[in-house]
Amino acid sequence: MKARVLVTLKSAVLDPQGKAIEGALRSLGVPGVASVRQGKVFDVELDGNDPAKAEATLKDACEKLLANTVIETYRIEFVG
Amino acid sequence: MKSAVLVFPGSNREGDVARALEHVSGSKPALVWHADTSLPAGTDLVVLPGGFSYGDYLRCGAIAARAAIMDAVRDHAARGGLVLGICNGFQILCESGLLPGVLVRNARLRFICREALLKVERNDTPFTRRYSKGAVVRYPVAHGEGNYTADAETLKRLEDEGRVVFRYVMADGRRDDTQVLNGAANSIAGIISEKLNVLGLMPHPENHVDPLVGPTDGRAMFESLVGALERA
Repeated sequence: MKARVLVTLKSAVLDPQGKAIEGALRSLGVPGVASVRQGKVFDVELDGNDPAKAEATLKDACEKLLANTVIETYRIEFVG
Repeated sequence: MKSAVLVFPGSNREGDVARALEHVSGSKPALVWHADTSLPAGTDLVVLPGGFSYGDYLRCGAIAARAAIMDAVRDHAARGGLVLGICNGFQILCESGLLPGVLVRNARLRFICREALLKVERNDTPFTRRYSKGAVVRYPVAHGEGNYTADAETLKRLEDEGRVVFRYVMADGRRDDTQVLNGAANSIAGIISEKLNVLGLMPHPENHVDPLVGPTDGRAMFESLVGALERA
């Protein structure tokens, strides 16, 4: 089965890259952008079809490697 | 002094630090590959050098922190063995949980390559005993992700326990948290573990040891280590 893991900076953590993108959008004249935060997306293919097991595996992967929980949070989504 | 310098794919300062160690201690450090599972017998000091391990993929130091050799480094540290992480080595120590906090992108997003002024906050550690307390030293910095950050509780603990060993300071030697070159919290350039045996810092003491190159402010760190290990 396929899953998507989204890793984003915690809201309290300053995101200088997001800020730079935000500034660039503003200077390009893209209207109505209040703020931008940058994150990461991991598309993961998993063996088997058990969503509970897959979720546990991905949680483990996030805690061990994909996210640094000092500054980041993660969200797991299943796609199709 | 028996030292081991770890080499990860993308490390590039292992030669500099090995040279500095040999220069000061007279003995050649062992270079240890990341996939090895043990350190050479009798290793006193493990150094994680600067560089761009794994191309800084995922997060700087993240993949190296999970390398096979790191279990041996953790055991070495748990036994009270000395560990020094410089630049990418500091990032790896944070990612591996051997030191708290994390190094994130410099506040102004630029890679900074220049000399930095640092205050030596304490000289009762094996890494700094040859400095005088409060001394201001010059080490080069070369990093894109040296912006030290941690949650408020961790920062408070570090400060309360006096675990900030190096701090960025201004030309007059005073600290100004609003003007830190990379945005690091509390002007932190280097921190030490609770047991004072694991030190991580962003600047490069190993590049200032030879008068041929210029200043020699970094030399005292390696002399401190030699002294600490001789006494032990």
